[in-house]
Amino acid sequence: MNRIKQKLQEDPSKKLLSIYFTAGYPEPEDTVTILQELQESGVDMVEIGLPFSDPLADGPVIQRSSEAALKSGMTTKKLFQQLEGIRKSVDIPLLIMGYFNPILQFGVERFCRQCRESGIDGLIIPDLPLEEYELQYKEIFQKYDLLMIFLITPQTSEERIKEIDSASEGFIYMVSSASVTGGTGGFGDEQKDYFTRVSKMGLKSPLIVGFGIKDNKTFEQATAQTKGAIIGSAFIKHLTENGTGKIPQFLKNIR
Amino acid sequence: MIYQVNEKGYYGDFGGAFIPEMLYPNVEELRSRYLQIMQEEDFQKEFRQLLKDYVGRPTPLYYAERFSKKYGTKVYLKREDLCHTGAHKVNNTIGQILMAKRLGKSRIIAETGAGQHGVATATVCALMGIECVVYMGEIDIKRQAPNVARMKMLGATVVPATSGSRTLKDATNEAIRDWINNPMNTHYIIGSVVGPHPYPDMVARFQSVVSEEVQKQLQEKEGRENPDYVVACVGGGSNAAGLYYHYLDKEEVGIIAVEAAGEGVLTGKSAATSALGREGIIHGSKTLLMQTEDGQITEPYSISAGLDYPGVGPMHANLFRTGRGEFISVTDEDAMAAGLQLCKLEGIIPAIETAHALAIFETRKFEKDDVVVVNLSGRGDKDLNTYIEHFNL
Repeated sequence: MNRIKQKLQEDPSKKLLSIYFTAGYPEPEDTVTILQELQESGVDMVEIGLPFSDPLADGPVIQRSSEAALKSGMTTKKLFQQLEGIRKSVDIPLLIMGYFNPILQFGVERFCRQCRESGIDGLIIPDLPLEEYELQYKEIFQKYDLLMIFLITPQTSEERIKEIDSASEGFIYMVSSASVTGGTGGFGDEQKDYFTRVSKMGLKSPLIVGFGIKDNKTFEQATAQTKGAIIGSAFIKHLTENGTGKIPQFLKNIR
Repeated sequence: MIYQVNEKGYYGDFGGAFIPEMLYPNVEELRSRYLQIMQEEDFQKEFRQLLKDYVGRPTPLYYAERFSKKYGTKVYLKREDLCHTGAHKVNNTIGQILMAKRLGKSRIIAETGAGQHGVATATVCALMGIECVVYMGEIDIKRQAPNVARMKMLGATVVPATSGSRTLKDATNEAIRDWINNPMNTHYIIGSVVGPHPYPDMVARFQSVVSEEVQKQLQEKEGRENPDYVVACVGGGSNAAGLYYHYLDKEEVGIIAVEAAGEGVLTGKSAATSALGREGIIHGSKTLLMQTEDGQITEPYSISAGLDYPGVGPMHANLFRTGRGEFISVTDEDAMAAGLQLCKLEGIIPAIETAHALAIFETRKFEKDDVVVVNLSGRGDKDLNTYIEHFNL
């Protein structure tokens, strides 16, 4: 069974913590160390960011980490080399989150095959929306048992959320607010209403909230009515300041 | 063969809407309403009226006699340089500001490279009294100070794009990020036939007034609607889309697209996307684009700031792939010479972008009776400094 599906079913009461980091950052060879440290610290799931020159849904923190990773020579090919054998030491679900162009250049089928071989369980491709996915690519992703994770936002209509729910096999990535990544404003009534509204829709897919989660308080708020939350920019910031040395300390304060 | 967009937003293999979900409600609203709004009588009336009284349309179709004589063929220049603000760009911004009003938007954002589209957007926002924010690469802000000043005089806020390579593509990224952050009240006026569907089609339709006029004007002057060739420079490709539009499916009309070779197609300092690009995704559209083997978008180069976009509109990518369009690239050097020559032969100082289209007559030969229409897309006032430096004037 796909590790994401398994994790989502494991313990109904458990709130999942997922972490995003940019592959090849802060140092090109840090990818594996970070994955091992995250598992060691009890993280439930990891999104490995594939760096891109033009990450248009990302705020400055993730932009800069992508730039730095690319500058030090990170590529899709290199990521797959780093992930070779990763399943010997890491068994939590792993996803790749990346923009579509590098995947297209690598070759969509070749990319999926490599994901499968490396033990990747799912993909988040923010600029491959449902329509384009179903028009051209769905069969390839499914052939390699990769779960495609779609996003919803506070502006997504109820009708579209239902569409996305029925097309999803894993979880739905619930973007907390109308913003690029790295928002730090905390959650107000607007977000809480949105979490309540969607969680009451009776969707088959669990909701995992991302964007704007940075500490215990925001984690608790985000997961009060959902299955879990994703931390990205705040973790990247921690890596920028501390390198890979103090990952457990960062995570200790979240849950 | 159909060269217009299909119902899924594709030109052949190119186009589509590769956008993050955060943009979906806005793009979908536009997609589901743009055609209907554009066809409404009061929209057409207001659009046409403004094009006439404010922009100064129809622009002349001018028979360039001395230029024609030199090259032994009949060359007409479509004088978009005579539009208000000095280029064809304003045809689109007039259309989109009217669209934004009908969509109930109260704030406009735009990207700009050289500043021409930024000025055209700031202009229509002033005209309508709507808030305007223009994103411009930090490097371009330094290079194009007069246009920055123009935008400010027109009441726009100019925000420097400090990410990535700090030029046009990054300004576009920043505009898109702004739109993600402001999904309710904002309309994004894209300046070319690029971006997610329906932008390429919508912008092409607003610019199609160019070929609509050419058809009528040519009928008067030559007794026929169709020239033998239509020629335009292509960066993103909006002036070209305007000139080609009504001729796309008339295969007897040859389509010539002129790209910027920069210092030479193979020098590594070029913007010739058809020669150097591969299929990829940029700014929400699948098209030809310049990129590394790993799929990272690279920075193009041209002496003309209006042509150094790493992609090309999906309409043009399809014209290239199907062979419907003939693609020629012209170096900085040849474009500058052609620009100066037009000054001397016809008393018209062209934009350097436009000068690329004029340069092809040196190498691309036409028959004596051929009627060739060139889109004189912009005037050269903005480029005086580049002309001065290049020719030690």
